Amino acid sequence: MTQLPTSTAKQLGLVVDLDTCVGCQACVTACKGWNDQGGGLSDQQPYGADPSGTFLNRVHSYQVQPPDGAAQIINFPRSCLHCADAPCVTVCPTGASYKRAEDGIVLVNESACIGCGLCAWACPYGAREMDAEQGVMKKCTLCVDRIYNENLPEEDREPACVRTCPTGARHFGDFADPESKVSRLTRERGGFDLMPDLKTRPTNKYLPPRKKDVRQDASLLAPLLDIQATGFAGWLDKVLGKI
Amino acid sequence: MHPAPSVILFSTLSGMGLGLLAFLGAGLAVATGWTAFLWWGLGYALAVGGLAASTFHLGNPQRALLAFTQWRTSWLSREAWAAVAALLVLAPTALSDLFDLGLPRAVGQVGAVLALLTVFTTSMIYTQIRAVPRWHHWTTPVLFLSFAITGGAMLSGQGWAWVCLIALAPLLILAWRIGDGQFAKAGQTLGTATGLDRVGEVQVFEQAHTAGNYLLREMIFVVGRKHARKLRQIAVGLVAVLPALIMALAPLGPVSVAIAAALHLGGALAQRWLFFAEAEHVVGLYYGKRGS
Repeated sequence: MTQLPTSTAKQLGLVVDLDTCVGCQACVTACKGWNDQGGGLSDQQPYGADPSGTFLNRVHSYQVQPPDGAAQIINFPRSCLHCADAPCVTVCPTGASYKRAEDGIVLVNESACIGCGLCAWACPYGAREMDAEQGVMKKCTLCVDRIYNENLPEEDREPACVRTCPTGARHFGDFADPESKVSRLTRERGGFDLMPDLKTRPTNKYLPPRKKDVRQDASLLAPLLDIQATGFAGWLDKVLGKI
Repeated sequence: MHPAPSVILFSTLSGMGLGLLAFLGAGLAVATGWTAFLWWGLGYALAVGGLAASTFHLGNPQRALLAFTQWRTSWLSREAWAAVAALLVLAPTALSDLFDLGLPRAVGQVGAVLALLTVFTTSMIYTQIRAVPRWHHWTTPVLFLSFAITGGAMLSGQGWAWVCLIALAPLLILAWRIGDGQFAKAGQTLGTATGLDRVGEVQVFEQAHTAGNYLLREMIFVVGRKHARKLRQIAVGLVAVLPALIMALAPLGPVSVAIAAALHLGGALAQRWLFFAEAEHVVGLYYGKRGS
C-alpha cells in the first residue's frame, strides 16, 4: 500500500557521525556483501572496461572551507533516510514501495516492482538504484533480515554497515524512543536532516563535525627568536642597516 | 534527467492523440464513414501507440497490470485508469460516428473530458516531483494540456487552430524562463544536501565512485545541454510559428494539416527532449554536477 502510515510504532533509523567517519568505504562493502544474497545486487562488467553496479550506500568526500581556519575533508555516507513522508512510496503505481507501520522501514516488494523508476526520481537523496539485470528497484532495507534475525548472535542484529564500521561512526536505533542511543546522540550533538525544505521528514540524522582546534599561528619559540644584538655586533648591525 | 526516447515518444504521441480524441468526442469535428474512420483511427492509434511505447522503459513490463492498484496516491496509477476510461468511454461515440448510429453527444463529451484528464494525470507525474524543481510548477500541466488541445484542434482541422499554435510560442518561452530559475528558487545547494553549510563552503573533494551508476545515467544528464538555446529556437519555430502560418494561410485540407502536423510533431519532440534534458534533479548536487 502506497499510503503512508500516519505514525509508526517504532522509527528505526541510523545516525551517521560526520566527525568520526574516515571514509574507509567499509560500510559500502559490508552493505553490498550482506545484500548480495538472494536476488542480490548485480554488477555489469565488474572486471571490464566500463564497470557499473548496484549499491545501496555510497560514501562521498567533500572539502569544506570554514569562514576561519583551514579547509577540512569531510566524508559523507549517503543511503536511504527512511523518511516519514517518503515521496518514493506515494508515487509508486503498483504498491511495490511501502513504509512499514510497525517500524517505519521503507521497503520494496521486488515481485510487484515494474521497474518504472518513478520512485528513484521522487527521492531527493539518490537512495534508490535500479538493478540493471533484474529490472527492479533496490534500496537500503535497514538490514531488515538481520535486525530481527534470531539465528544471528545478538551483537550482529544491527545493519551490516553499522556492525562493520571500524570507527563507530554509524549508530542504529529507534528514534521514537527519546532515551535511545540515536535519540540522545541527535539531541546532544545537534543531529540534522538533509534538505529539510523538501518536506520528506527523514528519519536518519547526521551529526556535524566537531569544531577543530585552532591552529597556533605564532610559534612557541617566538620570544626566544627576538634576539637583540649588543656590543660590537650591535654596532655592526646598526652600521650595516644604514648602508 | 535522462531523455528516454520511449518516454518522449509516449508523452508526445499520446498527448496529441488524446487531444484529437477529445475534439472528436466533444463533437467539434463530426464526420461519418471513411473520414470518421480515419480521424478516430488516427486518434486511437496515436493514443494507444503512445501508451504502448511507455511500457518499453519498464524493467518488468509483464507486471504492468499492477499499476492500476495504487490510484489513491500515485499519479502514474491514476493515469492508467484515466487512459483506459477515456479509450473505453469514447469507443461507442467512435462507432456511432462511423456508422451514423445517432448516439447522444453527451457520451462523447464525457469521453472528451476523460481524454484531457488523462493528459493532466500524465503531466502531474512530473509536476509532483519536488526533487526536480523545473517540473514542480504549474507550467508543466498547462504545457501538457496546451499541447494536447493544440494538436487536437490542428488534426481535427479547426479553422482557428492557428490561434492555438501561435499561442504556444509565448507559453513555451514563459515556461522556459520560469523553469530556468526554478532550481535556484528551490534553494538547494551542496551545502543543504549535505547539511555541511553549517560548517562552511562545501565542494566535492573526491567522487563516491569512479565508475558510472544508475543515478548518473538516469538523473544526472548533463550532455547536450549546451545546444539548448538553439534547440529552443528550433522548437518554437516548428511547434508554433511554421504550422500556424500553414494553418492560417494555406487552404485547409488533409495535405496542409498533415504538413503542419508533421512540423508540429517534430517541434514537440524537440520540446519534450528539452523538458527532460534540461530538468535537473537535486541528487546531482551530491556529485557536484549542476549544468549551466
